[in-house]
Amino acid sequence: MFDNLKIVYHQGKQFIPDVTKAKVPGIFRGRPVISREKVDEKELQLVCPTAAIGTNPVSIDLGKCTFCGECARQFPSKIEFTTDYKISTNIRERLIIKEGEDQPIEVDPEKVRKEIHQILGRSLKLRQISAAGDSSCEWELNAANNVQFDMSRFGIDFVASPRHADGIVITGPISENMAEPVQICYDATPVPKIVVLVGTDAISGGIFADSPAVDRSFLSKYPIDLYIPGNPAHPLTIINGLLDLTRKKY
Amino acid sequence: MNSIQIKNNQTISVADIPEINYPLFFEEITGLISEHPERHCVNYFGYRLDDKIKLIGCIADDNTHEIYVSSSVVHTDDNLRSFSKDHFCFEKFEREIHENFGIGFVGHPWLKPVRYAHNRADKSQTIANYPFFSIDSEELHEVGVGPIHAGVIEPGHFRFICNGEQILHLEIQLGFQHRGIEQLFLDQKNLLHRTTLAENIAGDTVVGHTTAFSMAWESLCGFQPSKDIEFARTIALEMERIAIHTGDLSAMCTDVAYQLGSSVLGRLRTPMINFMQEWGGNRLSKGLIRPGRNQFPFTPALAKRLEEVFNAYEPDFEEMAEQIRRLPSALSRFERTGIVSYDDVLSIGTVGMAARMSGLNRDIRASHPHYLYKEINHEPVIKHHGDVYSRFQIRRNEIRQSIKYIRELIKQVPEVEKTGKITETPRPNSFTISLVEGWRGEICHCAITDSKGELVIYKIKDPSFHNWLALALAVRNNEISDFPICNKSFNLSYSGHDL
Repeated sequence: MFDNLKIVYHQGKQFIPDVTKAKVPGIFRGRPVISREKVDEKELQLVCPTAAIGTNPVSIDLGKCTFCGECARQFPSKIEFTTDYKISTNIRERLIIKEGEDQPIEVDPEKVRKEIHQILGRSLKLRQISAAGDSSCEWELNAANNVQFDMSRFGIDFVASPRHADGIVITGPISENMAEPVQICYDATPVPKIVVLVGTDAISGGIFADSPAVDRSFLSKYPIDLYIPGNPAHPLTIINGLLDLTRKKY
Repeated sequence: MNSIQIKNNQTISVADIPEINYPLFFEEITGLISEHPERHCVNYFGYRLDDKIKLIGCIADDNTHEIYVSSSVVHTDDNLRSFSKDHFCFEKFEREIHENFGIGFVGHPWLKPVRYAHNRADKSQTIANYPFFSIDSEELHEVGVGPIHAGVIEPGHFRFICNGEQILHLEIQLGFQHRGIEQLFLDQKNLLHRTTLAENIAGDTVVGHTTAFSMAWESLCGFQPSKDIEFARTIALEMERIAIHTGDLSAMCTDVAYQLGSSVLGRLRTPMINFMQEWGGNRLSKGLIRPGRNQFPFTPALAKRLEEVFNAYEPDFEEMAEQIRRLPSALSRFERTGIVSYDDVLSIGTVGMAARMSGLNRDIRASHPHYLYKEINHEPVIKHHGDVYSRFQIRRNEIRQSIKYIRELIKQVPEVEKTGKITETPRPNSFTISLVEGWRGEICHCAITDSKGELVIYKIKDPSFHNWLALALAVRNNEISDFPICNKSFNLSYSGHDL
């Protein structure tokens, strides 16, 4: 008992007081900024393993980007990854960063369904489905609820059954073998329900987009309420994205 | 000579691998394994050669540090004598070959599908109709769990046969995570694409698998990594071990409802993975390792920073670990729970921690060392009870050991050397094998190229491939309520198994 109290005392306060303003340590590849400098665009496009780089104007699609940073390494004056981790949004097009742009990526409150604010704004229970995710995004979702990031202080929790959930969170590119379980889980969740995609693999298929062993037909059937990019998504990206979706008023 | 002896990471010509008829191949492989606990099968796979299948068997000898490689060409409609009848460690390899090509194995206990791969021979079998083992009885009942689990983890199905609260039998059905990675390695010709694939084999073993891929690729291309590349990868491998072991110890506390241990160890993982972010920009080390170059050199400034991270970590970790060791309520759940005997782990051929927990010394860092492990003289942490507590102790002691190794290594950070550019195409008609001890155990990558230097097969084996069966045996005769703690003490990979 006293030993346990001693440990509690030694640990002190571990939580991050303000998750919207916290700084990430060291180098972190968050929202990129693309300068207007002229480069060989063909060569730049060839660098990217997932074809996330578009031309005319030069752009990076964060829904496809694996955040490997190779483009910034080879074209340092053209592309720079900033430490801005707030890159979640409900509009797919907002994930495409164009050259010359340097503004935050945000949730568009106009496009958020009314019932999300009214019913889920103060308490959001989510059912996570790993659909062929490599377990890195799953690790970060778990980390979002550890004593440091402590997402449950905002009323956002992961629950064990879709029957208790207000929505599903999908990680991974959705394999053929997981297509049916994903559908069953979605159907078992009561309305109103939201669909959140976490990680590049879930948003676009990522590095697995061309694999015939992947079946992404589920995603074309339902509206997606939130995209949380990353490889894996950082816990601060996850928490800020979910808070923006449920709390942002206009 | 029915097999060739090579070292870890050695590239040889495919023509140098003896090609023998199947009965001789059977004698060779089983002869090497029989009565030799120091030898085990690191990979056994087939690939298409025109309308035939070429089987390649790789047996590692831990004492002589050599790997025996042999091969045999067979037909898809053959019915071959099964290795598994007497050597159960081949059970899953033969199921995989059967699933991929349709080859029959006479005497195999049950040729069930392994992962319902997209390229499987028999498409009429689907994952929803898996043939589970079942028992007809009035007293027994079955419990099905998954594929989607209660926690935020990967999918897989567990089917228990229970007598009341007691588990008689557990069958683990996998394959839900199958993304066709091995095929993508052949289809995608871009090196960065392939490296990113290696990073995504298992998200918790990014360093392990990417190192295995880089070693195999560099060996195939005849690229000699410089000292600083070897140094950075060795440090990264040990850092990954510390981080995941810490997180798993936290999860084990969660599963015995010890909240303080869960919270404290859970938060102690953060400085370790945050250090990886300071070093390479990603908490799970994605983007850190690239074949043929040192993407993020380990600098003296990082060494100083890491020293501080360890100094802050150690007292907190030791205090918590000691408290758990003295806590009767935790120990009563850990001790004598989920036991796998030495005979069983030897028979099913487990690797890594799932072997060392029961007195079977299998550690690539000591038996087939690469990089700086040649200088470290690593001594594997061995326990003998094979229970949850053994796995707890191995994790705790390996954390201490890894910190000790890193502290020693970073006293002298090597200068970054200029290396030549790695060639785009590997050597033609070559075979290479690369073994890496990830935190979970032995990772094996094998590659074979054709006459143009294109990959014809890239075979990946995660330690979980063998070790899932150890979990199924561990829970027998335990209460079903002890399943979570048994599962977490192994923490096996679904994505690494399903590929």
